[in-house]
Amino acid sequence: MPLLEIDDLNVSFDTGDGEVHAVNGLSLTLDRGETLGIVGESGSGKSQTAFATLGLLAKNGRASGSIRFDGEEILNAPARTLNRIRAERIAIIFQDPMTSLNPYMRISDQMAEVLMLHKGLGKRAALAEAVRMLDAVRIPGAKDRIRLYPHEFSGGMRQRVMIAMSLLCQPDLLIADEPTTALDVTVQAQIMRLLQELQAEFGMATMLITHDLGVVAGFCERVTVMYGGKVMERAPVHPIFAQPTHPYTRGLLQAVPRVDRGQETMQAIPGNPPNMARPPSGCPFRPRCAFADEDCAVMPPLAPAGEARERACHRPVKEVAA
Amino acid sequence: MLSYTFKRLAIAVPTLLILIVVSFVLMHAAPGGPFTSERELPPEVLANLNAKYGLDQPLWRQIFTYIWGIVTEFDFGPSFIYKDRTVNEIIAQGFPVTLTYGILSFIVAVVVGVTLGVVAAIRQNSVLDYFAVGVSIGAQVLPNFVMAPILVLTFTLWLGWLPGGGWQGGQWEYLVMPVIALSTSFMASIARITRSSMLETLNMNHIRTARAKGLPERRVILRHALKPAMLPVISYLGPAFVGMITGSVVVDVYFSTGGIGKAFVDSALNRDYAVMMGVTILMGTLTILFNLVVDILYGWIDPKIRY
Repeated sequence: MPLLEIDDLNVSFDTGDGEVHAVNGLSLTLDRGETLGIVGESGSGKSQTAFATLGLLAKNGRASGSIRFDGEEILNAPARTLNRIRAERIAIIFQDPMTSLNPYMRISDQMAEVLMLHKGLGKRAALAEAVRMLDAVRIPGAKDRIRLYPHEFSGGMRQRVMIAMSLLCQPDLLIADEPTTALDVTVQAQIMRLLQELQAEFGMATMLITHDLGVVAGFCERVTVMYGGKVMERAPVHPIFAQPTHPYTRGLLQAVPRVDRGQETMQAIPGNPPNMARPPSGCPFRPRCAFADEDCAVMPPLAPAGEARERACHRPVKEVAA
Repeated sequence: MLSYTFKRLAIAVPTLLILIVVSFVLMHAAPGGPFTSERELPPEVLANLNAKYGLDQPLWRQIFTYIWGIVTEFDFGPSFIYKDRTVNEIIAQGFPVTLTYGILSFIVAVVVGVTLGVVAAIRQNSVLDYFAVGVSIGAQVLPNFVMAPILVLTFTLWLGWLPGGGWQGGQWEYLVMPVIALSTSFMASIARITRSSMLETLNMNHIRTARAKGLPERRVILRHALKPAMLPVISYLGPAFVGMITGSVVVDVYFSTGGIGKAFVDSALNRDYAVMMGVTILMGTLTILFNLVVDILYGWIDPKIRY
């Protein structure tokens, strides 16, 4: 039984602009200890998938379909069920470490309350455990600095605190929602290396949400590429990089700046992600796709395409090139 | 923090001096005076009176004498109208009354207002929310000079539960209506500010983090959302507290409580220069003091503010 099983997930929001469909019929599975990358531009529905899993959607959001965690249905589950799972079994790291920590509470209190709630520890034991975890994410002088407030840490250090806080209960699943997007490039690499080491050490399954394929390459075993709330392609990480066949995946890869390719220039995908209040019919990538034709007015099914690979495309790149 | 407090208190001295000088000048600039009446006094009598109260002196000397009296003897002068009473006596008599019903009103306004606001925010767009918003709008648009007679009509004339006025050393029957009349509009403002601030806070990222930690909603609200949501409320509470403890002429007149609010308005109408100045200085001092309290509270709530 997979650890996490998302089946035909739909997430939509009631906005002044009408109903916005953020996620459309997403299905995916994640096994214990596995690392899965979910890749796509902003607005592709990655983060909302994570929020729906933990019941953290905004008030105007609605989700349907099914999300089973360890066999238990948790989509739209009552708060009591979710609170038993949150942090204890599924933890999440948010994108913006500057605002995701409570600016009015000491780090010590923010971390201790997790352990006091889920593990029933006393304050003193919880603090000792929190310090141990801050040491694990390599915050120098954790014993003293745990008394500080979030604004007394730099962005990278705050994200380390977030990571330490998320791992306190040693969850089975860690969702990292763009954990490095808000950080300096040099700090990004440090945080990803840290996450990788922690993942190896604790062995939790990890869902890494990012728009940065470079980050995925070093971290994940499998990749799911999302666009317009739908899965475009999924495959083990190496084939995706070696041989991108979906035009969108290829576009994302070409948009990664690389120093090892000499003269080759970085190419942006033309156009913008679709307005999900009025999504295009058929394949959502159709308006921006260089290979699209009239067939693409009907959404292609996610079909097997080679070993362990699935793709939703009428005009995969290799066939077009051939 | 301590040195900041002292610095702020030191700045209060020149602030108060400016307040005194400006109100003194404005007061005297207005035509008329304490001894102006429909039947004109004989010029010799007026001259004698003016001389007795020092009103024949040049203005700068009057101001100087006034401030000197305060600094050396804490003497705010005699009332110009009530011949045998000093300003100190008038304030000492009226202020405790005002302070009593003012503090009570403040407590009622804060407790009811914050509760209404928080409940409305948590249950946004529910019946409870509409009820809370309705109550606070109603309470805010109903002026206390309308509210006071309605209260007297209801509780004194119809139901006969409460005495229609008086003070009697502040027994509770005499306190109920003044407190309701004074606190409702403040309560309404507090409820509105709390509601909108709480709604804003609940959308903050760190609240999502708190939920992701599996904390029960109660704890998310009380421990993670209440503090930041209170910041705008607290900055309103400073002036509101001063407003309440310095009383209200409407309350004093309708319920014959004998507070300082009536004394202040009477002094303005009678041109009782000394009482006007005395109450002005009292309000000024309290305003400065409670603005300082608000700033200190801010520093206590928001760790980013350090003095």
